[in-house]
Amino acid sequence: MSDVLKSYRFREERETDWRKLDLILTRAENNGVKALSDEEMSALPHLYRQAVSSLSVARSISLDQNVTNYLEGLCTRAYFFVYGARTSIGERIAVFFRQDWPAAVRSAAFSTVLAALFLFGGAALAFFLCLQDMDWYWTINGQHSFDPRNPEATAEYLRSTIYTEPGEASDDQLTAFSSFLFNNNAQIALFAFALGFAFGIPTAWLLVYNGVLIGSIYAVFWDKGLGYEFTGWLMIHGVTELFAIILSGAGGFIIGGAVAFPGRKSRMASARDAGRRAANIAMGCVVMLIIAALLEGFGRQLINSDTVRYSVAGITLVFWMLYFYLPRERVRP
Amino acid sequence: MTSTTTAQPVSQSSIDAARRRRARMAEEQRQSKMMRTLVTPEGAALRLKLATASERAGAFAIDVAIQWAIVIGSLLGLSYISAPLGFGSGRNIAFAFWLVFFFFVRNFYYIFFEIGTKAATPGKRALGLRVASRDGGRLTANAVLARNFIREIEIGLPFQFALMSQDQVTAWMALLGLIWSGIFLLFPIFNKDKMRVGDLIAGTWVIRNPKVTLMGDISHAAASKPAETRIAFSAKQVDAYGIHELHVLEDVLRQSTPEIKAQVAERIRAKIGWKQETGETDIAFLEAYYAALRQRLEQRMLLGQKKIDKYDTRP
Repeated sequence: MSDVLKSYRFREERETDWRKLDLILTRAENNGVKALSDEEMSALPHLYRQAVSSLSVARSISLDQNVTNYLEGLCTRAYFFVYGARTSIGERIAVFFRQDWPAAVRSAAFSTVLAALFLFGGAALAFFLCLQDMDWYWTINGQHSFDPRNPEATAEYLRSTIYTEPGEASDDQLTAFSSFLFNNNAQIALFAFALGFAFGIPTAWLLVYNGVLIGSIYAVFWDKGLGYEFTGWLMIHGVTELFAIILSGAGGFIIGGAVAFPGRKSRMASARDAGRRAANIAMGCVVMLIIAALLEGFGRQLINSDTVRYSVAGITLVFWMLYFYLPRERVRP
Repeated sequence: MTSTTTAQPVSQSSIDAARRRRARMAEEQRQSKMMRTLVTPEGAALRLKLATASERAGAFAIDVAIQWAIVIGSLLGLSYISAPLGFGSGRNIAFAFWLVFFFFVRNFYYIFFEIGTKAATPGKRALGLRVASRDGGRLTANAVLARNFIREIEIGLPFQFALMSQDQVTAWMALLGLIWSGIFLLFPIFNKDKMRVGDLIAGTWVIRNPKVTLMGDISHAAASKPAETRIAFSAKQVDAYGIHELHVLEDVLRQSTPEIKAQVAERIRAKIGWKQETGETDIAFLEAYYAALRQRLEQRMLLGQKKIDKYDTRP
């Protein structure tokens, strides 16, 4: 049979191994690594190396397009599987909470302070402007603001928005409202993170703007002598929520800083390293905002005592501080 | 040289053929710009093909459609289930849960699928795409998070600006914002690696890795026939074509209709001066010629002579 092509004989000898590798990969891709038996797992590296060497032989001796394309695809799939991440999603989440998230936040201390200055600076600015002249409230929130908590509202009305009467019908609406707010806040947090790469300028603006909104409404309550009560109402969840927004801003500043001042790395490499690090912070912010929404939706409606509100705020602040900044041993997986 | 004095009239068909060849070469050049080489730790070079901007837009459209289907489907299901509860507590709590669910579908749909072993959302999978780390290393969860959180500004920002236009001033602001944010949206078109801003920040790119099925070897059909019934070609006849024509012939044999096969067989017979024998089908002729041509070209390739197409007359 001298008429049989060399490339055909080559293919005939190795085809079963290719198909075996293909089958294992398909199973692993569809059902995860756990679907593979020990036998298959130990056969995999060998089959992979064989396929890779088949590919380079096929490129030099075979003109069968289908075979070279098949091997090209097979080897690429096998490469990504063999050298791909092997950690399960559960492990990954555990490492995130135990190590990656606090470590990322700790390493961003400078950006965090910067973001806090922008947010609270904006709030302080608006607060003092509004206290001097309440017209500023309308400038900031727009003439057609729908919020009934404006300078023209009575102290009684404002007080009623802070406390929930027992058995009030609006309880459940507030649950829906708080998850709406969570959506909104989480979106803003992700925005602040994502906009960071434009040198952090839009992030700074977003932080100041949010600070100004808080400051202006704070002034309305302060003006009516409800400062202490309003602080309790705001801070029971606000400690967590504002912290999350500050941290997402810090994530944005990390990327912005890396793009603006890449140092010895190339701008691309610098952006990439910062982006991967800051992604941990942004992910953590979403977790914090979920907790904030729970505190807002349930905690704030159920707890009407100022003292308890203040203590919840204090406890959450201490908790986050310890969780992020308490020095700890590094565990390497 | 006498070629200048004895200039022969150039036929229109040969001009057309040359034009087609140039166009083909230009297309190959363009395709090769999308190829990236990844050297594995074993020292083998894998050729990765980057996904084009249009493929990625297509994958994104599929994903968005799936997301909307999930979101609307769950809302309809929820309102159907909670209808007997009437307005009030049950309904509101259900709606609150749905809002949170909506948030997760919106932001974590891509992350959920790209963290898995396939590193691709259903839309990408449908088009044979996957996400890969640009340095050839493993795709980390952090990279997947980063590239998808950035999506918020690439898609969300242009929408925000497009929707805000109330009076003259804000309309101008919105237009400027739309142009500014449009840069992010169209970013993949303007860089050679077809990266989104998210890919840039995360250090990833999207490659094509379609699943190819291994089909039978066409040359085997002709070679497995008994020697006396086999169709034999002369050396001159198998030298008529090159690798490009061989690959076209392979495609024709694998996937075209009998009519096209008959036409192709007719063209080849005319080109190589082959008289159709009695009882010789088009398919049998094409398969036999394919086998003979491939054998000849593979032999020459082993000797370092790659005849790229029929115009290639290098010795």
